[in-house]
Amino acid sequence: MRDTATDEGYVTADGRKIGGVAMEMKNITLRFGGVVAIKDISFDIRWGEVRAIIGPNGAGKSSMLNVISGFYHPQEGEVIYKGYRRPKMRPYQVARTGIARTFQNIALFEGMSVLDNIMTGRLHHMSANLFQQAFWLGKASREEHENREKVEKIIDFLEIQHIRKTPVARLPYGLKKRVELARALAAEPSILLLDEPMAGMNVEEKEDMSRFILDVNDEFGTTTVLIEHDMGVVMDLSDRVVVMDYGKKIGDGTPDEVRNNEEVIKAYLGVAHD
Amino acid sequence: MLYREAGDFKTSYVADSQTFPIKFDRYGYYFLLGFAFLVVPLIINDYWANAIVVPFLIYTIAALGLNILIGYCGQLSLGTGAFMAVGAYASYKMMTGFPDLSIIFVIILAGFVTAAVGVLFGLPSLRIKGFYLAVATLAAQFFLIWLFTRQAWFYNYSPTGMISAPTREVFGVPVTGPRASAVSMYMICLCFLVSLAWLARNLTRGTLGRQWMAIRDMDIAAEIIGVNPLMAKLTAFAVSSFFIGISGALLFTVYLGAAEAGEAFGIDKSFLVLFMVIIGGLGSIFGAFAGAAFLIVGPVLLKLLLVNTLGWPTDLAAHLEIMIIGALILVFLILEPHGIAALWRTIKQKLRLWPFPY
Repeated sequence: MRDTATDEGYVTADGRKIGGVAMEMKNITLRFGGVVAIKDISFDIRWGEVRAIIGPNGAGKSSMLNVISGFYHPQEGEVIYKGYRRPKMRPYQVARTGIARTFQNIALFEGMSVLDNIMTGRLHHMSANLFQQAFWLGKASREEHENREKVEKIIDFLEIQHIRKTPVARLPYGLKKRVELARALAAEPSILLLDEPMAGMNVEEKEDMSRFILDVNDEFGTTTVLIEHDMGVVMDLSDRVVVMDYGKKIGDGTPDEVRNNEEVIKAYLGVAHD
Repeated sequence: MLYREAGDFKTSYVADSQTFPIKFDRYGYYFLLGFAFLVVPLIINDYWANAIVVPFLIYTIAALGLNILIGYCGQLSLGTGAFMAVGAYASYKMMTGFPDLSIIFVIILAGFVTAAVGVLFGLPSLRIKGFYLAVATLAAQFFLIWLFTRQAWFYNYSPTGMISAPTREVFGVPVTGPRASAVSMYMICLCFLVSLAWLARNLTRGTLGRQWMAIRDMDIAAEIIGVNPLMAKLTAFAVSSFFIGISGALLFTVYLGAAEAGEAFGIDKSFLVLFMVIIGGLGSIFGAFAGAAFLIVGPVLLKLLLVNTLGWPTDLAAHLEIMIIGALILVFLILEPHGIAALWRTIKQKLRLWPFPY
C-alpha cells in the first residue's frame, strides 16, 4: 500500500491521474446512545480516485457517508478536508463546500420535474436575491438560463434528454437513480458520494451506471466515494477499497489487496468456530 | 387541433422556460388580460363588483399567498385570517397616522408589516412540521385577533371597536370609502392581483421556488444537497404573509370599508382560504385562481340560478346553496384529489392529442 502522507499522487495503469489527499478521516467514532456505529476509523480519500467502502449489512458504511456529508457529527475524531480541519457544520453548509451525494433510498423531489430536480442541485451556483427573483430582473433570469445550460450538459451526459420535463414520480426506478446522480453532479462537486448506486438494478442497468460513474470520474475528474454490495462492480470500478465490519475498519487497499485480506474473507464468508 | 406544441419549435432555453409554452395558451392569457383590463371596467356594475368580482380578486391574492406556503413550501398554516387582519390593521394605522401617504404605498407597506409578523409566527416551523405546525399557527390566529379586539391602540380607541377606512384617492379617483365607484375598486384590486400573480410566478419558477419545493417534498434530502431550511421556510412565510397582508388590507380598505377583527378575520376566513388552496390545487398559481373562483363565484352563481332563474324562495336557496357547494367540494376532491388545477392539466393533456389520441 502506498504511503499517502508523503507522496503527491500517481498515475493509474489506465492513465488517470490520482492526486494528493483530498479528505482525511482521523479516528472517527460515532455513537448513538449506547450503540457504537463507527469505532475509531481512519482513512483518506485522494483527489480523482474512486474510493469504495464495503462491508456486510450494518457495518456502518452509510453512517460513514453521513459523517462525510455532515448529517452525523462524530463524537470523536476529525475530518480534514482540503488540508483543514472541518468545523462542525450543518449539512447544507457541507454541501456548499463541494460535497454532493446520492441516497440509498432514492431521495428525489417527487413533486418536481426531472429538470427542476437537477436545477435544484445547482442552487449554490445561483445568488440572485429575493427581490431580483420576484421581479425576474437581470441577474435572476440570466443565472437561470446559464445554469440551465450547464444542467443540459449533464442531461446529455447521462442520456436522460427524453424525460427532462417528466415529473419524477412517474419514472421507473433505474431512471430515478440516474436522475439522482444527475442532481448530485449538477452541483459540480469536488467529492461525490454514492450510497449504493446500483442497489436493486438489473445487470444492464448496473452496466450503464458503472459506465456513468467511470465516465464522470474520467471526464470531470470527480473524486468519488461509493458504497456498494456488488463485489464485481466494486472491484472493477474502484482504485482503493475500505472494508468495514461491525463499525471497525478491517481492511484498506487496492481491490487486489483487499481481496486477499484474511480478515475480509472472514467477514464475508464467515469462519468455522472450533 | 389548435392546442398543441407540434411545429412550435423552441430554439433557446429562454423560450423553452416561458410561462405559457403553447401558443394557444399564450394568446388566451393575453386575451384574458385584455378583457379584464379593457372590457370588464366598461360593463361592471355595483352588484357584480360587490357580490363577485372584487371579493374574487381579493381572495385570489390570499389564496396565492397561502399556496406559496402550503402548496410550494409544504408548511401548513391556519393563521391566514389573522394575517389578513394584520394587513387590515396595519393599513388602518397607516391611513390614519399618515393621511398624505398614497393608498398604494399604504397597502404595500401593510404587506411588509404582515411579512414581518408572518416570519415571527413562522419560527416554530423550524422545529415542528405538518399538523403540529398548523396548531402552532392557530396560536397566531387567536393571539392576533385578541390583540386587535382588546388593545384599543389598534383601532384608535374608537368606541365601537371597529376600524373604518377613510376616503383615499389614486390619480384623483376615490378608491376607498363610500365614494369609491365599482370600477375604481375593481381596477385597484385587479392591478394588485395581476402584479402579485406575476411576482408569485417569478418566485416559484426560479431557484427560491425550487428550494421551497425541495423542502416540501423531502426536507432532509433538501438540506443535504444544500438548501438552508431556515432561509427557505422563513422566506416562504414572509412572501406568503406579504400576499395575505395585501389581501387583508384590500379587503378592509377597498371592499369592506369598516371591519372588526373578530368578525371579519376569524378562523372561518383561515379555513375559507385553505379550502380555496386545496380545491384549486396545491402548488399551482392557476389553482389559486380556480379555488377562489369556485368558492366565491360558485355560491353567487347558484343563488342567481335558484332564486332569479328558477324563482325559488331565498331561504331555501341559501340552504341548498351550502349543501350543493359542499357536495361539489366532495365530488371534486374524489374526482381529482389534486384540485381543479390538476383536472385542468389533464384536460390540456387530452386536448393536445385531440382529435387523434393514438
